[in-house]
Amino acid sequence: MKKEEVPQDLSSLGNITKEVCYATDNSGKYTTELSRGWEVKIKALDVAWEDIEKRIEAAREQVVNNNASPLLFFMEYRLMDISILADYTGFWKWQIKRHLKPAVFNKLSIIKLRKYAEAFNIKAADLVIMNIYE
Amino acid sequence: MNREEVNKVSEVIEVKVNEEGPDYPNYPITPLPNYEHRQAAHCESGVTRNLLSPVSAGKITEPLAFGIGAGLFFAHIPFMKINNGPAIAFRTMPGQIFNRTCKSLGIPVIRKKFNSKEKAEAFLKECLADGHPVGLQVGVYYLPYFPKEYRFHFNAHNLVVYGKNADNYLVSDPIMEHTTTLDSYQLERVRFAKGALAPKGHIYYPERGAGVTDEQIKQAIKKGIRKNVYAMLNIPLPFVGVKGIKTTGNKIKKWRDKLGLKKAGSYLAQMVRMQEEIGTGGGGFRFIYAAFLQEAHAYMQNDSLLEISQTFTTAGDLWRTAAVQAAGIYKGRIGSQEDFNVMGDYLHEISELEKNAFLALRKIV
Repeated sequence: MKKEEVPQDLSSLGNITKEVCYATDNSGKYTTELSRGWEVKIKALDVAWEDIEKRIEAAREQVVNNNASPLLFFMEYRLMDISILADYTGFWKWQIKRHLKPAVFNKLSIIKLRKYAEAFNIKAADLVIMNIYE
Repeated sequence: MNREEVNKVSEVIEVKVNEEGPDYPNYPITPLPNYEHRQAAHCESGVTRNLLSPVSAGKITEPLAFGIGAGLFFAHIPFMKINNGPAIAFRTMPGQIFNRTCKSLGIPVIRKKFNSKEKAEAFLKECLADGHPVGLQVGVYYLPYFPKEYRFHFNAHNLVVYGKNADNYLVSDPIMEHTTTLDSYQLERVRFAKGALAPKGHIYYPERGAGVTDEQIKQAIKKGIRKNVYAMLNIPLPFVGVKGIKTTGNKIKKWRDKLGLKKAGSYLAQMVRMQEEIGTGGGGFRFIYAAFLQEAHAYMQNDSLLEISQTFTTAGDLWRTAAVQAAGIYKGRIGSQEDFNVMGDYLHEISELEKNAFLALRKIV
């Protein structure tokens, strides 16, 4: 890649910091050039987030229809899977699978809810009523 | 549980999560005197360069760290998913660039991991008090200065802490143009991020040594190239190295039928992100490697290095051409089987290019 070919399509990162790219100058020697972003990867990131949004929406529906507990929604919202959540909370995976059932979730103790809330970086009250602020 | 109880619980958590610490008006900023923040393309080679700068008198640049650390790689791990997409890596295992670079240069390294968050912070403070800027492995998901779109559960990010001001640690993240700060809770959270490759408070720094000679750098370069040749040519797994690139090319040709156009597009988008997203310097690290070979030329005086460097530039350019093709697919502009075939053929071509480049490198080291 030549220095003048380094793309400058403003990405969401570009507002915060430019990225270093390695590129060649006129004599073919390598140097660095700052890039504000590249349309190709902006779109790639958009695709990833569109997929995530869909998963979050699907999870929300599951919770609203009482097929899953709010844990499912926040897992998708925080891009977690059961094993990441198990690592954050200290629960076993089989426990989390149980807690994904609304009937079991509704009987969880305050202490357990707090563990989940901390893992999701939210308030326990918001966990129970599936509330988000961001 | 009734609403009142829930509110009580949330108050407790509220305090823990949003604790900002007391106000310290005009508290003096105490960065360590011997540390200079310099931005880099890739976090680990950037941290390596920044931490080794005093020891090596600035001779170890980012490309040298990347090359001596044998950073270039390709692997497409079968049966494993990352964020519901393919697990493709363009670089070596996290931690190896710093390790190998220090080892090859004969620089002793101190490193620790912790089970206890308190001990992890105590050790960090001790290091700073002793005047050592330190490298930390962190998770990106709860890293507050990254934009939300870039925060995934990726636990192999690296940054340097080079001082402390009241409750704020002074942070030099090589991805960022400027330094930043994290309060102790924020730093603890990212140091103890959970999931794959959990950092467990991983902290490391080079011991102050006798300095690095040009001859040492030359030998380290040779060693790094040899390691990289092995990783790309000789690991006997079909999904690793130049063979892996070809195998992935074959897989991509089947993605359209196997996954459907939409999901195949998501897979390609993920591949492009691994290849181009923050930290690669462009072209799946191929440009950094090409820059490394140019710098190696100054130490080894072998003109083939310059030619081979050009081959890696061509490979990097071709990776980017492939990314443009992939973008056509995930944007929905193109999407026929022929378009997937073209995509797969790019990877075949790259595989061939890189194979020849590493064969040529093998001859000269």
